[in-house]
Amino acid sequence: MSGGSYSGFSLFKNALSYHENWQRAWRSPKPKSDYDVIIIGGGGHGLATAYYLAREHGITNVAVIEKGYLGGGNTGRNTTIIRSNYLWDEAAHLYELALKLWEGLSQELNFNVMFSQRGVLNLGHTLQDMRDIERRVNANRLNGIDGEVIGPAEVQKLVPLLDCSPGNRYPVLGASWQPRGGTARHDAVAWGYARAADALGVDLIQQTEVTGIRRENGRVTGVETNAGFIGARKVGCVVAGNSGVLAAMAGLQLPIESHPLQAMVSEPLRPCLDTVVMSNAVHGYISQSDKGDLVIGAGIDHYTGYGQRGSFHVVEHTMQAICELFPAFSRVRMNRQWGGIVDTCPDACPIISKTPVQGLYFNCGWGTGGFKATPGSGYVFADTVAHDRPHPLAEAFSIDRFYSGALIDEHGAAGVAH
Amino acid sequence: MLQIKCPYCQELREEDEFSYGGEAHIERPANPEACSDEEWGAYLFFRKNPRGVHHEMWNHAAGCRRYFNVTRNTVTYEILESYPMGEKPAVLAAGPGERN
Amino acid sequence: MPPMQVNRLEKGGRVDRADAVNFTFNGRPLQGYVGDTLASALLANGVKVVARSFKYSRPRGVVGHGSEEPNAIVQVASGAATIPNLRATQVQIYEGLEAFSVGGWPSVDFDLMSVVGWFSRLMPPGFYYKTFMWPARLWLTYEHFIRKAAGLGQAPQLRDPDSYDKLNHHCDVLIVGAGPAGLSAALEAASAGARVIIADEQHEMGGSLLSGKASIGALSGQQWLQDSCEQLAAYGNVTVLPRSTVFGYYDHNFLAILERRNDHLVPQLRTGSRQRLHRVRARQVILATGAIERPLVFANNDVPGVMLASSVCTYLNRYGVAPGKKLLLFTANDNAYQCALDWHAAGRTVVAVVDSRAAPDGPKVNACRRAGIEVIAGHGVIDVKGKKAVNAAIVAPLNAEGTALTGSSRPLDCDLIACSGGWSPVVHLSSHNGVKPRWDSDAIGFLPGVSSQAECSVGAAAGSYTLLACLAEGAAAGASAAGKTGNGNGESGFVAPNTQEKTEHAPQALFLVPHSQRTSRAPKQFVDFQLDVTAASIELAAREGYESVEHVKRYTAMGFGTDQGKLGNINGIAILARALGQDIPSTGTTMFRPCYTPTTFGALAGRDVADLFDPERYTAMHRWHLEHGAQWENVGQWKRPWYFPQSGESLHQAVNRECLAVRSSVGLLDASTLGKIDIQGRDAAEFITRMYTNSYLKLAPGKCRYGLMLKEDGMIFDDGVTACISENHYLMHTTTGGAAGVLAWLELWHQTEWPHLEVYFTSVTDHWSTATISGPNARKVLAKVCDDIDLEGDQFKFLDWRECTVAGVKARVFRISFTGELSYEVNVPAHSGRHIWEALMAAGEEFAITPYGTETMHVLRAEKGFIIVGQDTDGSMTPQDMNMDWIVGKNKTFSFIGKRSLARSDSIREGRKQLVGLRTLDPLQVLPEGSQIVNDPAEAIPMAMQGHVTSSYYSANLKHSIALAVVKGGLGRMGDRVYCPLADGAVIEAEIVDSVFYDPTGERQNV
Repeated sequence: MSGGSYSGFSLFKNALSYHENWQRAWRSPKPKSDYDVIIIGGGGHGLATAYYLAREHGITNVAVIEKGYLGGGNTGRNTTIIRSNYLWDEAAHLYELALKLWEGLSQELNFNVMFSQRGVLNLGHTLQDMRDIERRVNANRLNGIDGEVIGPAEVQKLVPLLDCSPGNRYPVLGASWQPRGGTARHDAVAWGYARAADALGVDLIQQTEVTGIRRENGRVTGVETNAGFIGARKVGCVVAGNSGVLAAMAGLQLPIESHPLQAMVSEPLRPCLDTVVMSNAVHGYISQSDKGDLVIGAGIDHYTGYGQRGSFHVVEHTMQAICELFPAFSRVRMNRQWGGIVDTCPDACPIISKTPVQGLYFNCGWGTGGFKATPGSGYVFADTVAHDRPHPLAEAFSIDRFYSGALIDEHGAAGVAH
Repeated sequence: MLQIKCPYCQELREEDEFSYGGEAHIERPANPEACSDEEWGAYLFFRKNPRGVHHEMWNHAAGCRRYFNVTRNTVTYEILESYPMGEKPAVLAAGPGERN
Repeated sequence: MPPMQVNRLEKGGRVDRADAVNFTFNGRPLQGYVGDTLASALLANGVKVVARSFKYSRPRGVVGHGSEEPNAIVQVASGAATIPNLRATQVQIYEGLEAFSVGGWPSVDFDLMSVVGWFSRLMPPGFYYKTFMWPARLWLTYEHFIRKAAGLGQAPQLRDPDSYDKLNHHCDVLIVGAGPAGLSAALEAASAGARVIIADEQHEMGGSLLSGKASIGALSGQQWLQDSCEQLAAYGNVTVLPRSTVFGYYDHNFLAILERRNDHLVPQLRTGSRQRLHRVRARQVILATGAIERPLVFANNDVPGVMLASSVCTYLNRYGVAPGKKLLLFTANDNAYQCALDWHAAGRTVVAVVDSRAAPDGPKVNACRRAGIEVIAGHGVIDVKGKKAVNAAIVAPLNAEGTALTGSSRPLDCDLIACSGGWSPVVHLSSHNGVKPRWDSDAIGFLPGVSSQAECSVGAAAGSYTLLACLAEGAAAGASAAGKTGNGNGESGFVAPNTQEKTEHAPQALFLVPHSQRTSRAPKQFVDFQLDVTAASIELAAREGYESVEHVKRYTAMGFGTDQGKLGNINGIAILARALGQDIPSTGTTMFRPCYTPTTFGALAGRDVADLFDPERYTAMHRWHLEHGAQWENVGQWKRPWYFPQSGESLHQAVNRECLAVRSSVGLLDASTLGKIDIQGRDAAEFITRMYTNSYLKLAPGKCRYGLMLKEDGMIFDDGVTACISENHYLMHTTTGGAAGVLAWLELWHQTEWPHLEVYFTSVTDHWSTATISGPNARKVLAKVCDDIDLEGDQFKFLDWRECTVAGVKARVFRISFTGELSYEVNVPAHSGRHIWEALMAAGEEFAITPYGTETMHVLRAEKGFIIVGQDTDGSMTPQDMNMDWIVGKNKTFSFIGKRSLARSDSIREGRKQLVGLRTLDPLQVLPEGSQIVNDPAEAIPMAMQGHVTSSYYSANLKHSIALAVVKGGLGRMGDRVYCPLADGAVIEAEIVDSVFYDPTGERQNV
């Protein structure tokens, strides 16, 4: 690796030389004139795709082209929740692949992504919630995904500050509990993949914007950028928040709408919340970062928007939900709020697909839940690009499903933001 | 938070009073049975989703309950016009996924 | 007896020495005065160490005097009313206040965690990314200890005892900040007649005037301030909001203000809401948010006793506190010399002024020299001696650029180092909408960018630092903003006061003071105090390739603190720019986001919590249910009786009893919550026919029909019975939870696609109360209270409805059934609901009429195989999947909503999940709802799931369990055995059967 291996020993050694000899985590190369594969988008999914292209398929003549800085889109703006307890087989298998990869990711990348398997609770507040939870957890277990249905007393034990009073407007009737779920340090995921991909020879080209996708005879031949044309035999687009813009460059339209999704953090607090808590009915989700911030996800803004900001009333509604779930947090203060742009599909499932343009592939539409899928998404997309056919786990996520009707409706399991 | 002018009430009101209705000017095929699966799918799910000027529907849900159209910039969130259903916009929108 | 306030001056300041206030800090009793902040009172008492730093646990003292303070973070009060993470500089003291440091164990003065500091060389930025990876399973253990060391204050453990409220405003001009520029703007705008709101985060208006000694014309600044406030108070069109922080600037000139109304009062005097959120839609906004002094970055610049020069002035002049004995001022500009002059005037020693510039020569510089203060030009403070307090500053000569030492250093004894690197305009709010601020090398700071909102920035926020400029710009902006809202002509009547403003000489841009050792080896030079980010960390990040300012922020945590980098960010950006060999504009800033200062969750939530979190909807019979012991089910917002247990009954005992009663005699259900939409107009039948899968064109008055509504994707969305009331007049019933959605759906299609159809929709759910009498004795019960129509089966048939009088009330009675029994749904005007309910209960007494709830309703309908949309369907089921092809009109001329989607390749494929019944082999065993179904229980995981159980009950009438399920190809698999593997390892075996378990020919409902 260009930066040398990271370890306690290397830290100690570098401390002796005042940290003056740490090497770059990745190079800053000039783009070559052409590549075997260009990945557009240097977020977690794009970097993971490049890494697995090199690592799993030996395709190292790869460039990742990023218009801003690595991990600067939704990778660096999400609430870092990781779980795989999706309802339908297709989604569950994809997210479970991701979860398995998460479990070894720090070691594989030699970069601590701080994957913290502190468990994820999805609360049920109505009888129908509980039916849905039973159904999902049963499906998860038979798919080999850990999970159990627990009652209010067990929920209370896991989350002492959660208000589980039976008299609440939406009392906690129970929850699904996925112990292997948790959180990770979002930036570190991008950086870890970037460093590892770079070490395998992938060129990471930042501050370079793709302005066009060049095609000849129905085949992609490369990309126009503000730094000139770069040739490529294959191009993969992984640009959450801008998928429609890229698709239009290739003359394609997508079943996607881009919406603002907001999130916020509190001031740092001493540890007071040890798991991830999600509630669809009350409409809030929350965890506590290692730094001590309460990390809170808001509902989606209903209008389309590329502004990386949403409307204030959505923040107010989110805070109502958090105070309803955790009355003790009412006196805690919000330090910072922000927004990302989520590309949502009608069925709350992604598109991992070939396109009518030969050699052009899209990985998009992850909606509100893309972060948790990062390793799995990159893995199957790299395979799809490398072999010019969908990875078996990606088959169901082809764009064709919007014509055939074979949608995979994950609105329930996708979380609150629907 | 947006402030939207309802063309029927002729008032600027808070976003909380409205609900978003998605892309405007999508017409239901006159003869659905004559559509191919591709044409029908395109009508059902595929959207322009431009980065820039967008024609969209809003419903004055907590007001007159009527649908109307808005031309809005999806990057700056500036609203350029509101106009009743059935009318044509004065400001032209971007094409699919286009910037302007 | 509290100790003497050792640092309190005998006179001066805006505190009331006659009014002492007792408080405690970390349990230690102390005294201050009315008018003090916690920070000023602590400094008055000589308290130096107020906190420990986040990462290295270093002792920290007060640096600033307002919302920029990074160090003095405290927890105030205890128990349910405790507040974590307040800045001592913003806490007004009150009698009995308890404050605690948030860091340090066992105390901030003796902190065992400071051993961490010894290892600080092993903790460069991002060290955790590089280690703790092996063995993998131990990460949770490592993390446990990392988490323990992190965080600032403690979250309260109890429900918040306070309330919060919100106020919505519209105004012509909102002015943010009530310093000279803001006040000047407010006076002009108000005099022009505009409706003005002026908000300031401090408890007094005045901003810099509160802590300075400037004069305005013939008046002292303080006198001008008092006059201005009195003038503003006299206007009826001005709202003055002290203790009110404009924390967010949102689209279309929407701004949010947090007003702190109570925290500064003795608890016994607190009334009303603790805080108030003002939601303001302003036609024009004037940002007079001022500027924050920039600290200088040198080695050990975090030792308690290193402060901002303007803060030292503030403590002296506003609070009458001298936070030390011997001051050393370190500056790169003329402006800060005021601090030395004020200190000198207070009779204290100024050790020296150390100025990085080679030849400082401004008026204030010379005033210092005239006062006998030594000015050491061309020098810098490169290091500090002392651990918990400053003992000495190490001073050394600098080159002209301030980038290198040119000679050897010497110590200068002092106990207070005031420093000033210049001013950073507060551009936060103007940047909240994504506008990028622009670097101005004259102002040595970022100035507001060009916004698309109706706003402007004035005064120091716009880089104009002189008092005259602030007053003039404020006045011009106030008049102009008022003019744009139709108040006045937009011209300011401002006349510059006859104030001599002395020209200041150019400041120096000094972002990192060099040390005799290079940055990586020098003692820590702090950039971001709260998160312990040093100059060396930033250089290291750049060296490692984290080149974007956002990467540096995220890698080092610079600016992530509760002060959001108000003090440190500009220095950090400049240090990064230099490390990368580029200029500051191309380095740029990180994004500015709300909140300007942290904002209480409870205030954002307002009143909409607990009982007011979400409306509860009650039927007119609610109180009866309550009086009769109903247990409740939440359905949408409605509270519906779930079951009516008699003494000691469990859910199942009660439901079994209720089920048996309905089928053997008669039961009564409150069905008022079902959605009801009145539909009228010439084209009503045509419209309804387009929305449902079946036709309503021939439905005659007096008749009802059940319908299934699809989304355009062909999936079931709602169901219900529609009655023809009269020609062109219909009543549509929807599911309880779906009512609002269905109405919106009808309106959408009518208004956007078929406006030419004449049809009108009105929600009448709340207009009617509905009591459903169900069971073989239903007719007898109804007959006792209804004698104006013929109830006999051949006259009033199944799926008929009649207008009649029930118990003296005009009623619509629908003969429809969700139980499969003879049923009448009696609808009366809502306010007669309880009357009709009680009348029916009385009439049914001889038949032992039994009130029943939703659970019994569910069991009875499941016995009949009737679906519940949302329970047996999930948005992915077509009518065919539900075995309801019979209701899909094949010959309708219009292609009803969803029809085309039913012909898509996936909708017609083999093997879709279909609704069937399941019977367990053990008749007493009830399948858990949500059980997954497999063909082979011995199959390895992942198993091939065939479907799941959607509804499942014990049927007391059938004396065995029943279940509805959706199973792949289920309709072709009657009699097949399937298996439900449960979480506890048990497997339940069941047989696929028809979904109608009871009275398949429907005789009972047709009697």
